[in-house]
Amino acid sequence: METTPRQSYLNSHTSPKWTSGFMSWFMSTDHKRIGIMYAVAMFSFFFIAVCLGFVMKLQKMYPASSGWEIIPAELYGSFFTLHAIIMIFLFIVPGAPAVLGNFFLPLQIGAKDVAFPRVNLLSFWLYLFGAIMAIVGILLGGADTGWTFTPPYSINTKTISIFGVAFDSISWMLTAAFILGWGTILTGINFIVTVHRMRAKGMGYFKMPLFTWSIYATSWLQVLATPVVGITLLMIVIERIMPVGFFDPSKGGDPILFQHLFWIYSHPAVYIMILPSMGLVSEIIPTNSQKPIFGYKSIAIASCSIAGVGYLLWAHHMFTTGMSDFAAILFSFLTFFVAIPTAIKVFNWTATLYKGSITLTPAMLFALAFIFNFSIGGLTGMFLGSLSTDIHLHDTDFVVAHFHYTMFGGAAFGLIGGIFHYFPKMFGKMYSMKWATTSFAFMFIGFNALYFPMLVLGYYGMPRRYHTYPDMPVFNSLQMASTIGSWILVTGVIMVLVVWIHALLKGKRTTEANPWNSSTLEWQTATPPTLFNFEDDVEITRDPYDYEAFRGEVKAGTSAGANNV
Amino acid sequence: MSDIAHPIEHHRDDEGTRLGFWLFLYTELFLFAAFFLVYAVYRSSHLEDFKLAAESLNTTIGTVNTIILLTSSLTMVLSLDALKKGAVKLAKTLLLVTFALGMAFLVIKGFEWSAKFEHHLFLQTAKGIAAGHGSPLLSPGEEMLSVGQVLFFGLYFIMTGTHALHIIIGAIWMLIVFFWISKGSISQDNHGVLERCGLYWHLVDVIWIFLFPLYYLVA
Repeated sequence: METTPRQSYLNSHTSPKWTSGFMSWFMSTDHKRIGIMYAVAMFSFFFIAVCLGFVMKLQKMYPASSGWEIIPAELYGSFFTLHAIIMIFLFIVPGAPAVLGNFFLPLQIGAKDVAFPRVNLLSFWLYLFGAIMAIVGILLGGADTGWTFTPPYSINTKTISIFGVAFDSISWMLTAAFILGWGTILTGINFIVTVHRMRAKGMGYFKMPLFTWSIYATSWLQVLATPVVGITLLMIVIERIMPVGFFDPSKGGDPILFQHLFWIYSHPAVYIMILPSMGLVSEIIPTNSQKPIFGYKSIAIASCSIAGVGYLLWAHHMFTTGMSDFAAILFSFLTFFVAIPTAIKVFNWTATLYKGSITLTPAMLFALAFIFNFSIGGLTGMFLGSLSTDIHLHDTDFVVAHFHYTMFGGAAFGLIGGIFHYFPKMFGKMYSMKWATTSFAFMFIGFNALYFPMLVLGYYGMPRRYHTYPDMPVFNSLQMASTIGSWILVTGVIMVLVVWIHALLKGKRTTEANPWNSSTLEWQTATPPTLFNFEDDVEITRDPYDYEAFRGEVKAGTSAGANNV
Repeated sequence: MSDIAHPIEHHRDDEGTRLGFWLFLYTELFLFAAFFLVYAVYRSSHLEDFKLAAESLNTTIGTVNTIILLTSSLTMVLSLDALKKGAVKLAKTLLLVTFALGMAFLVIKGFEWSAKFEHHLFLQTAKGIAAGHGSPLLSPGEEMLSVGQVLFFGLYFIMTGTHALHIIIGAIWMLIVFFWISKGSISQDNHGVLERCGLYWHLVDVIWIFLFPLYYLVA
């Protein structure tokens, strides 16, 4: 170990004007610093939203007749709206692309930075500005429309007045979502151009690592879908402040039209959330099995076809709105169809494990939990995609549990696992393996204890968004189990955050380039990476997951894996 | 501490920038596409009202504005062409002409808008309907609008308003480009910014090409 810290992006700067302290981060166009800034902001918001969810579950612990009331019904309405707005717009939509995509996309393709570094910083500023605007809206009035902002309620619900001044908190939040959308679009454009123009010599499209593939597919979705919802949300704002009626039936508008426009974005958005995490799982599993990923091309193509088909099935959110039978059958069919590329991926990951030499690192545990949770999430999605069962399950806790199995148990577990995977490379610090594993156990058990009962509750008819329920044995016991699960889960989340913060402050320093012996390009450079990622120009000669060739390189000493033998 | 100049920011990739900008233009187009979709839905459900309402728009003014905007696209292309050939002074003049034409469009649009406001085609809407009878804003002799007409004018003002906003952004950008050409940071062999400004201006033009028939001509 060196006595003086080596040159790395952590002590080099992109601008001669800002070389220390807060501004050296806030004004930096370095993609790695931007990724870390996103992480800090996103996980702060994530924790706030977790707390809101915790209180909501606490409220559901006992039935109405027991007189148990932590928060009144109106406040519960605000809580689930804010929980969703923060989790969706501020955490999981920027999600893995903003944090790990920013940090590792250029590293994986051997580039010095993204295509437009300054636009990248602008995206982050837009994110921050939108987030602050949303938080101000939440603090000064909030909203209880649900994150879908469905009219006419979202148009007619009253604005509040603070010290005699009218404040339209709903319009604030809608505008915030619009601004956040532009941050996402610019990130998407940036990544697409980066992948097209900045790949290292020899890196053909089918030599890119799978995380890059998934980010690439996600970026197209971001660019294709986000403008529509942006303008749709602004139309609600226009309708709130001006006397026009796009969606309010009392002024001649059509509220169903809003739902169509909203879900045209918001259904692809769930693939924006899940695809990057699938990419991370595709990195973690071959690394910790020490063998090539099974079906590389099929995973890459599956990412793109999920993005393509995912754009065409929005109306399965609207089976109960009285659309035509023909349209409903078509959307139901497409919903089942999108399960195919998803199942291909799950099959490929499982096949990769077969005969691999598996190491159960914390990242690997999260990746395996991803497969487990996401399979439950995906299969319950089939219940909701078929026309008859959807009528029964619509607007129940079943839907909420399905969504959380995919987005939390899937996307967020994947992201957390990805951060555990990349942590040593990002910071040159190592976390406590023991505590990371313990935190995983809490999260996995707590997560399933919380959401599995909700699947059953929904089946028995527990509606979503209700702040209480009648005193019935089947509800009482399952709600209690779910609440206890939330305690375990929150403990797990706090432990994960503590493990990270502790590792940053007191963790063991490491300069090991490739602690997990991974064959992909991002591990072959210094830890932590230098400002421009690679010392020399990179040239790619082998497939990204060719472990045979990789072990040869390690023996010959031409790869950074040599540090470990 | 190393303060190395960022290699990417000094590294020029015109084709990459062009790709990025085309993607951006695409998102702008989709922004308007949502409006056009709403227009299509309400036009099909309130066909008669839409026809009636469209008749009250002045086709002559609309045509004049269309000609102005199309001409401005021409001068924009000529300006880029001049810069590519090294005729900096001509390029600057043509850019200013483009700017002036954009302003002329806005002024005419402004007159058209205020005339509509005076006839209360816009603000009578919700209040009148909510009251269930003639709007308090209507002067004697003016007729109450139907729901379909209200939707028509609502969309008309929002869509042409958003379009006008884009004209303003384009015009401001032109002034900045003009300043940069004068400074010399945009030149014969570094004309990417002018090209992108031109592309943006053409997009604004193309959107108007669709707005014009949908609001003025299909009556």
